[in-house]
Amino acid sequence: MPEVTFDQLLADDGRVEPRDEMPDAYRRTLIRQIAQHAHSEIIGMQPEGNWISRAPSLRRKAILMAKVQDEAGHGLYLYAAAETLGVDRADLLDQLHTGRQKYSSIFNYPTLSWADVGAIGWLVDGAAIVNQVPLCRCSYGPYARAMVRVCKEESFHQRQGFEILHTLAHGSPAQHAMAQDAVDRYWWPSLMMFGPPDDDSPNSARSMAWGIKRFSNDELRQRFVDMTVPQAEVLGLTLPDPELRWDEERGHYAFGTVDFSELQEVIAGNGPCNRDRMAHRVGAHEDGAWVRDAATAYALKQAARTEGAA
Amino acid sequence: MTQWPLWEVFVRSRRGLSHVHVGSLHAPDAELALRNARDVYTRRQEGVSLWVVPSAEIVASDPGEREAFFDPADDKVYRHPTFYSVPDGVEHL
Repeated sequence: MPEVTFDQLLADDGRVEPRDEMPDAYRRTLIRQIAQHAHSEIIGMQPEGNWISRAPSLRRKAILMAKVQDEAGHGLYLYAAAETLGVDRADLLDQLHTGRQKYSSIFNYPTLSWADVGAIGWLVDGAAIVNQVPLCRCSYGPYARAMVRVCKEESFHQRQGFEILHTLAHGSPAQHAMAQDAVDRYWWPSLMMFGPPDDDSPNSARSMAWGIKRFSNDELRQRFVDMTVPQAEVLGLTLPDPELRWDEERGHYAFGTVDFSELQEVIAGNGPCNRDRMAHRVGAHEDGAWVRDAATAYALKQAARTEGAA
Repeated sequence: MTQWPLWEVFVRSRRGLSHVHVGSLHAPDAELALRNARDVYTRRQEGVSLWVVPSAEIVASDPGEREAFFDPADDKVYRHPTFYSVPDGVEHL
């Protein structure tokens, strides 16, 4: 049996595993993408964590805590996948903390009301699912396997968000207005989550050839719109796009132009919450240093005792 | 210790099945590795038993040597039952 090369493996839709030979650029692209994905999961805990202490009932609070804990778990699955490529988790966190690696720009928007927790679950997690399902077939084995776990858990996230909005939208006029306001603010940023349009996405073609990416940004964005519009009707909420209409000819919903200059601004660090998110993350890491130090000291002491007893 | 050591996590999803590798995590010692593995990998009753193994203790075959390493099995098709032809009409064989 001849040795399987990287190119053959990709041509046969095979999976690349950690110790296989792979081009440096493939490795670097994966590290950057998986790390950015991991960072997004843990930064994503902040906007929702903001509402844990003010959740409207004990049931909602328990659900929200479980969801935020899931985000931490997703971050860990992904950091573990990145580490199989020969990087260190401590280094990746350092790159996040010093701004050398990014996280998804959606988490730089504030959660102003309880309804925003619903909008994040329904729209932001909904968009994330559309992005992530094809990643379950990514050519890099550990990333694909991490995504399978993440996707299973995300569907609970999306449903709990939908349920929050459905309850509000069918409540008092003030609650309905609160739900509508959240959807109005989160709709366009959710469409930006799919990245720049195809004709302005320089790395897409290479990622497609490598089997990291399976569908283009615009294809995934369209899929999300098609999926979401009928759900909005069930909610009894409108989507803030006057150009939104069913296009019989294409068999898809037509929608207005996404303002990608806003996306660029938020990525550049000028979104509503960029500084808060980073300051909070760095603060949490620094405030937790004593816990890590204590655990290390305890482990060393126990090891020394075991050695002494032997 | 700049970073806690890496541990590989194996989960037995239910009795009767073997432990399967699910991922890895960092922890300062075995006890915390187990507790962290419970929180990271079994939040939805995915397991009834957990193993954590220091990653550094795992000895693995070299993917570059795969061909030579697994070569002894390549020419022994007679190890499979399908290698043998069975006359028509013979049952339970």
